[in-house]
Amino acid sequence: MTSVGSGGTATIPGIRAEAPDAATSNLDLDHGQLRAMFELMLLARALDERTWLLNRAGRVSFAISGQGHEGAQAGLGYAFDTSKDWLHPYYRDLTLVLHWGMTPRDVMLMNLSRKGDPNSGGRQMPGHYGSRRLRIVSSSSPVATQIAQAPGIALASKLRGEDVVTLTCVGEGGTSEGDFHEGLNWASIHRLPVVFCVQNNHYAISVPMEKQMAVRHVAERAAAYNMPGVQVDGTDALAVYRAAREAVARARRGDGPTLLETVVYRFTPHSSDDDDRSYRSREEVEEWKARDPLIVTRQRLQALGALTDEQEAEMQSRVKASVDDATDFALAAPLPDPEEAVTHVYAG
Amino acid sequence: MASTLAELEEMQREAAKGASRASGGMREVTYRDALREAITEEMDKNPNVLLLGEDIGAYGGSYVVTRGFQEKYGRKRVIDTPIAELGIVGVAVGAAMAGLKPIVELMTINFSLLAIDQIVNHAAKIHYMFGGQFTAPLVIRTASGWGQLGATHSQTFEGWYAHVPGLRVVMPSTPRDAKGFLKAAVQGNDPVMFIEHSLIYRNRGLIPDGEYILPLEGAEVRKEGSDVTIVSWSRGAILAMGAADELEREGISSEVIDMRVLRPLDIDTVAKSVAKTNRLVIVEESWRTMGLGAEIAAAVQEVAFDDLDAPIGRVGSIEVPMPYARNLERIIIPGKDEVIQAVKATL
Ligand SMILES: Cc1ncc(C[n+]2csc(CCOP(=O)(O)OP(=O)(O)O)c2C)c(N)n1
Ligand SMILES: [Mg+2]
Repeated sequence: MTSVGSGGTATIPGIRAEAPDAATSNLDLDHGQLRAMFELMLLARALDERTWLLNRAGRVSFAISGQGHEGAQAGLGYAFDTSKDWLHPYYRDLTLVLHWGMTPRDVMLMNLSRKGDPNSGGRQMPGHYGSRRLRIVSSSSPVATQIAQAPGIALASKLRGEDVVTLTCVGEGGTSEGDFHEGLNWASIHRLPVVFCVQNNHYAISVPMEKQMAVRHVAERAAAYNMPGVQVDGTDALAVYRAAREAVARARRGDGPTLLETVVYRFTPHSSDDDDRSYRSREEVEEWKARDPLIVTRQRLQALGALTDEQEAEMQSRVKASVDDATDFALAAPLPDPEEAVTHVYAG
Repeated sequence: MASTLAELEEMQREAAKGASRASGGMREVTYRDALREAITEEMDKNPNVLLLGEDIGAYGGSYVVTRGFQEKYGRKRVIDTPIAELGIVGVAVGAAMAGLKPIVELMTINFSLLAIDQIVNHAAKIHYMFGGQFTAPLVIRTASGWGQLGATHSQTFEGWYAHVPGLRVVMPSTPRDAKGFLKAAVQGNDPVMFIEHSLIYRNRGLIPDGEYILPLEGAEVRKEGSDVTIVSWSRGAILAMGAADELEREGISSEVIDMRVLRPLDIDTVAKSVAKTNRLVIVEESWRTMGLGAEIAAAVQEVAFDDLDAPIGRVGSIEVPMPYARNLERIIIPGKDEVIQAVKATL
C-alpha cells in the first residue's frame, strides 16, 4: 500500500499536497451542504452496490464501479457550478454524474439497457454516461479520449466568452496514452478553463502504477505542461473540495488548467469481468477499506458537528428508497424498440 | 433471426464433436491452448522472442492467453506495458528492426486504431522504404469480437489491415491453424496482424502432435459440397459450417471455404470451388461496404464470371455502430439464418 496522500502532507518537488487539517478550516460549505455531499456519496455507493447485485443475479451484464472513489468525486463536484459547467467523465464517475443531475432512475435504465435510458437509449455500455441537457459528455470506450476532447469544450466556452469550466477525469493508467499528454499540452498553451482530475487508484486493471509511469506521483506530470499539479488525499472529500475549488477559481480567472491527482483505491474488481485476486492481496484491499471515503467523511462531518446518527439514519433510508425505486422502475421498463438499433447513425 | 451466444455455443459443441472423431498423431486442444503452445515453443527456442502488452503478466492477458508466461520467462521477456498502444507497437517496430522478435498483444482490435500509424505507416513499409535493408518482423496478436461490448468495443477491422501492402493478415478459425500460423508468423520476416476472435478461444479442435508450422497462405475447403460455395473466415467460417449442416438437412449441399489468410488472399481456391458449384455466398461479421467480401466478390468474378449462375450473395453486419443492448445487438450481427437465406437466394 502506498502511503502517498494518506492523510499526510507529503511535500513533493514541483507539486503540492493538501494538508487535511487545512481542509476543514476555511471551508465555505455550510452544514446542510456538507450533509448533502455525504448523502450523495451514500447514494452513489448504494446504487453501485445494487448494480453489482443485479449483475450477480444475471440482470445487468456489465458493471464497472466507483466504489472507493466517492469522496474524491463528491469533493470535486461541489467545487463546480453544475448549472453551467461541463463534465467529461470516465466510467467510474457515478458520484459526479449524480451530482451533475443524473437521477438513479437514469443510471439504472442505462445499467439494464432499457428503453428510455436517457444516456444513449441502450446503445452505450454501462458507465458511459452522457446527457446533453446536463452538459455531461459521453465517452467512448478507449481510455483517455476525453482528455483530448475536454480542451475543445473549454475552447468553445472561451471563444464565446462564457464563464464555464470543464471537468474531465481519467484513471492513472489512462495518463499513459497520447491523448492525455496532447490534451494537457493544448489546454496549457491556450490557458483553457479545464480541470483535469486523475483518480489514481494505483492499478490499471492489473498493472500497478510503477509499470505505468516513471514518476512517483501523477501530479508531477503537470510540470511538463507548465500547469499546477496538486496531489490530494481522495478519501477525504473536504480536502479534495478545497483543492478543486482553487483549480476552478484559477480556470474562471482565465489562468488556465490544473492537474489534480486524487489518491483513492477501487474497492471492487476492475469490472464485473475481472477477478482482482491475481494482482492484489486481500490485506491491501482491507487496509484501504479501513480508509473508506464514507468513513473518513463521516468522521470529518461528525467532528465539525455537521452530522448526527439520526441524520445519517434518515439519509440511509432516503437512499435505500431511491435505489429501490430506480431498480423497480428500470426493471419494469421495456427493452429498447428494435428500430432503435438503426436510428441516430447520421444527424441528417 | 440473427445469431445468439447460445447458437454459437451449439456450433462450438458441434465442432468439438467433429474434432473428437479423428485421431492418430493428433490431440484435441482449445484455440487458446493452441496459441499458448505456439508462443511457448517459439520462446523456448528463440531468446529473441518477447511478449509486450497490457495486463499480459500476472493477469495473463484479457483473454488469458499468456497466463504463467511471466513467471516462466521473466519480466524481461514478458513485459506489462503502459496503456499506450501507439508506443507499444512503436517499441515493437524498433525492437524488430534491431533484431528482436516481439509478439505484441493488443487487447482488442478496437484499440489497434490507436496504433494504426505505427502499423500502417511504419511496420508495413519498413522493408520497402529501406530498400530491403531492414525488416520489421513483429507479430501483433489482437482480438476481434463482440458480445454486449458497445460501439467502440465490438468492431471488425481485418479488412482495414488486409488493405495494406507489406502486412500479412491472418484470422484463423481452428486451433490447428492458430498454432501453425502463429509459429510461422514468429519465424517469418514480415509484420503480421494475427487476429483472434473473442468468442472462439474455448473452441476445441485437433492439432498434430509435435511441432508443425503452417505457411501464411492459402484458403482451405472445410466441407465439400456441390450446390453452393460459402466463403468466410474466423468465427464466420464456424457460422458457415453451422449453416451448411442445416442446409444439408434440407438437401442443399454447400462447400465451405475458410479463407484463413486475408492478405494475401487465395482467390484460386474460391474460383475452383465456384467452377463446381456455380454459386457463391460470402459471410463476414463486418460492415459490407468497402469490406473484404467486396474484394473477394470482385476478384472471383474477374476469373470465374462464366462459372457464376447467380449474383454473388453477401452477408454482413447491418451498417450501424454496434449497440450495447442485447436485443439490439442481435439484430445487427449476422447469424445462421441470414446465411441460409443468402444461400437460398442464389439457388
Ligand atoms: C485505448 C484502450 N486501451 C486499453 C483499454 C482497456 N482498458 C480498459 S480500462 C483499462 C485500465 C484503465 O486504468 P486506469 O486508467 O488506471 O483507470 P481505472 O480503471 O483504474 O480507474 C484498460 C487497460 C481501453 N479501454 N482503451
Ligand atoms: Mg487506475
